[in-house]
Amino acid sequence: MDITKLTALSLGQKIKEKEVTVKEAVKAQLKKIKENDDTYHAYITLMEETALKRAEEVQSLIDRGELKDSPLAGVPVAVKDNICTKGSKTTCASKMLENFKPPYNAEVIDRLEAAGAVIIGKLNMDEFAMGSTNETSYFGAVKNPWNVNHVPGGSSGGAAAAVAAAEAFCALGSDTGGSIRQPSAFCGVTGLKPTYGTISRYGLIAYGSSLDQIGPIARNVSDCAALLEVLAGYDAKDSTSVKREDYKFTEALVNDIKGIRIGIPKAYIGKGIDQEVKDGILKAAQVLKEQGAIVETFDLPMVDYAIPAYYVIASAEASSNLSRYDGIKYGYRTKNFENLSEVYKKTRSEGFGAEVKRRMMIGAFVLSSGYYDAYYNKALKVKALIKKSFDEVFKTYDLILGPTAPTTALELGKNLSDPLKMYLGDIYTVAVNLAGLPAISIPCGKDSKGLPIGMQLIGNLFEEKKILRAAYTYEQNVPGIGYPWEGGNQ
Amino acid sequence: MKQYETVIGLEVHCELATKTKIFCSCTTAFGGEPNTHCCPVCTGMPGTLPVLNKQVVEYAMAVGLATDGTITQSCKFDRKNYFYPDLPKAYQVSQLYLPICQNGSIEIETSSGKKVIGIHEIHMEEDAGKLIHDPWEDCTLVDYNRCGVPLIEIVSEPDMRSAEEVIAYLEKLKIILQYLGVSDCKMQEGSLRADINLSVREVGAKEFGTRTEMKNMNSFKAIKRAIEGERKRQIELLEEGKPVLQETRRWDDNKDTSFAMRSKEDAQDYRYFPEPDLVPIEISDEWLNAVKAGEPELRDAKRVRYLSEFGLPEYDADILTASKKLADIFEAVVDLDKNPKEVSNWLMVETMRLLKEREMEPEEIFFEPKNLAELIGLIEEGTINRTIARDVFEAVFTGNVNPSVYVEEMGLKMVCDEDAMRITIAEIVTANPQSVEDYRSGKQKAMGFLVGQTMRAMKGKADPQIVNRILKELLG
Amino acid sequence: MINDETITYVAALAKLELTAEEKEKAKEDLGNIIQYMEIMNEIDTTGVDPMSHVFPVKNVFRDDRVKNQPDRENLLANAPEQKNGCFKVPRTVEE
Repeated sequence: MDITKLTALSLGQKIKEKEVTVKEAVKAQLKKIKENDDTYHAYITLMEETALKRAEEVQSLIDRGELKDSPLAGVPVAVKDNICTKGSKTTCASKMLENFKPPYNAEVIDRLEAAGAVIIGKLNMDEFAMGSTNETSYFGAVKNPWNVNHVPGGSSGGAAAAVAAAEAFCALGSDTGGSIRQPSAFCGVTGLKPTYGTISRYGLIAYGSSLDQIGPIARNVSDCAALLEVLAGYDAKDSTSVKREDYKFTEALVNDIKGIRIGIPKAYIGKGIDQEVKDGILKAAQVLKEQGAIVETFDLPMVDYAIPAYYVIASAEASSNLSRYDGIKYGYRTKNFENLSEVYKKTRSEGFGAEVKRRMMIGAFVLSSGYYDAYYNKALKVKALIKKSFDEVFKTYDLILGPTAPTTALELGKNLSDPLKMYLGDIYTVAVNLAGLPAISIPCGKDSKGLPIGMQLIGNLFEEKKILRAAYTYEQNVPGIGYPWEGGNQ
Repeated sequence: MKQYETVIGLEVHCELATKTKIFCSCTTAFGGEPNTHCCPVCTGMPGTLPVLNKQVVEYAMAVGLATDGTITQSCKFDRKNYFYPDLPKAYQVSQLYLPICQNGSIEIETSSGKKVIGIHEIHMEEDAGKLIHDPWEDCTLVDYNRCGVPLIEIVSEPDMRSAEEVIAYLEKLKIILQYLGVSDCKMQEGSLRADINLSVREVGAKEFGTRTEMKNMNSFKAIKRAIEGERKRQIELLEEGKPVLQETRRWDDNKDTSFAMRSKEDAQDYRYFPEPDLVPIEISDEWLNAVKAGEPELRDAKRVRYLSEFGLPEYDADILTASKKLADIFEAVVDLDKNPKEVSNWLMVETMRLLKEREMEPEEIFFEPKNLAELIGLIEEGTINRTIARDVFEAVFTGNVNPSVYVEEMGLKMVCDEDAMRITIAEIVTANPQSVEDYRSGKQKAMGFLVGQTMRAMKGKADPQIVNRILKELLG
Repeated sequence: MINDETITYVAALAKLELTAEEKEKAKEDLGNIIQYMEIMNEIDTTGVDPMSHVFPVKNVFRDDRVKNQPDRENLLANAPEQKNGCFKVPRTVEE
């Protein structure tokens, strides 16, 4: 049995039943990574030593009868490299933080460890989470396990690819404008962005503070729900953390959506979407209908304004959040400088990649005096209107259904010369972040090239359970698209 | 010769005396080895987030209320973005769009009478770290202990017209802050800093002239000299037909002149935007009223009360209330049943003398009021005389000694044994025939001399009144 | 709309040094992107309050209690240059 092909919960179960030891699981995972990661490049750092040590600790705890209520006890989890792991390199896939070792854990890491999970490594990503193809990483691009000539998506490209290639049972990604959902769609796995404030941002290296959320990427809805339960919770260290009433997300894994109202925005299946992707969504809609959901199309306003508003706000916040990388307290510092001004300019010019620099400048522009009102303040007003329009929609519908991305995985190496075109690919995902809503991407088919198609279900604030229920029901009633290792186009 | 008017506005930064920093639980204690009062949050490490200290908001509200300002009941924080090594996040969390307080004022009194100085706004912000210029190597060292200490910035209207008014404003502000207990206002430690915005214009002109800024002034002396120096410099320029440049200048107190600071090469575009990591503050009427109710008696009210309740002269009331610490000690000792005027004298005379001698601020007094009360009691009982009492007081001031124990240990009790005194007095009289002669011929001063000599011989422990009586008896 | 001055200005604000080639590309890219963002002007936002936070959460505070201990070694561990327990930088001028 190739352990690495198990789902996270199945592995957890086998560990509880003493069929597999934690150490065996960790070793198997490490072996698989070492065998295959030269191809996919999903990992930046393997935490072999700490993982093996932790495996022994967790095994002792399990043997002593502890962690009985933790379904993920002993399960290796991989983590996107913008989430701080104490004493282990956390690079954000940037030269700027190439050797940075934070002296603290992100809150989510503490939660994972308390649940008995074993952190196995840090995953490749777009530099500082800015990108949609995982091609901006300082450590090289990630390849899509379904077809290595294609991108895995971004910015959590490493996370989605690792899960798809059996290099991780499950993973943590982060999502600011679609960075969990879109790579999940491109890699044929399941990824969830929770309601803003659900998972603590403490220790998540900030990109767009009012938009960022950490979330699970896994091979099915159940794994995502289980991981979400471990990660979610109020954290006093994060002022934007929300105290929720109900964290029992796994209770939503019920095969029943009778009467649930699902709306498909006409604009989401109108122009710009690939025909095959559209067909995949409509087929999925049919499945949901057959399971008793009421599915219809409707007019969603403000769709065209989400991307400009998103990029203004995200770039503005990013330009401020990344100013701290100045070569003074941590991270990269230029070797050739004669004065302080050169330390700043050369460090930042040498340490950041092109996309990051681009967004620093856009951010500076939209916040600069004279332009603040026309761009940044305007974007905040548009954001208010977008939120309002979703509030209206959710009076009528329980969920919104649509494609996660307008295409399947793009080809490698063809995307970075036209940044605007790349930004426009985020059309279905960014509005969700602007309004703080929860959303999931699940595979709903493959195109004629054999590349996965992802569908997105969006819920109202705090309604992850509705999303999970619908996603679970769909998943239970279709054959599934399989995995790349089952004879896909590797 | 044209007549010029000086127009001055002040931006005062005051470090709040909370126990912890504004956004993290590090101590705000002054000093300490570099970077030992720091954590990942206040050193701007990646992934860290701020959490607001409630006490900062309450202190800021208290200051706003005590200066008759309007509290902005819905306020928030903004980021002020710029690069400098003392700012680890490369942005300072401050308040631009909705500062916590607006439109207050302070009444000052100068030689020209009373005047109201407007306060444009008060806002909360975080302090930056400290830069230490290395004397041995061509480099600068950065210490973030101070980074994140909560500040309020008090921005005045350009209502001041002279150094005298500026000093009066600062002194009044200092007293209010001390009375509220929100800051120790130690200018020499940097917990109170003033930026001076100064321009000149011809008397009668409607427009303001171009102003310059002098930053981080931290002594009243330097402020006075800086204002006078800058006024002179600007007038000279205008008289020569040259323009005053809007710039930041550094006042060099040693050279008694100011220098233009090298202008930063890029525009100071701070790109303010609302801080996304902090949620807005909503101050309810209940909260506002609770802070108002908790306001201690402020200086002006106390001064009036000292006149009416204790019957003290204005002069005394002024000095005692100039420092909350002094006022507190005064009230505590009077509470222990001591005569207010007596207590007042001890504080105004001996205490002030010792403070000046040791270059101490009243806030640094550490002796307990009960010890002063006891000292006064010993005088009342006749256990010691006033001369000895002054020495005992010095011991109380410097070591917080228990006066009774001290008097006992040092053998300072007043000598009342008249027989012993007569012996000594007789010796003094014999030794000073000229003085005796002088006294008998009408020179009263000679008596004082003889008394003094006797006191010296008796190591100050005699009751001077008895010495006086005996001498007069002897000499006729 | 986005000309050489703009690029010089924003690069200076972001403390970036661009080559001539990078400046040209930036002019083009920023030009396209900023122009695209103007699509927002199609919407009438009069009377709309700018929304910073998606939830009406307010008043998140902490108690004024010291909880942190000195941790200098860890804080300096990633410093590019340090001396005498401080972060070391080239000499700053003024202030």
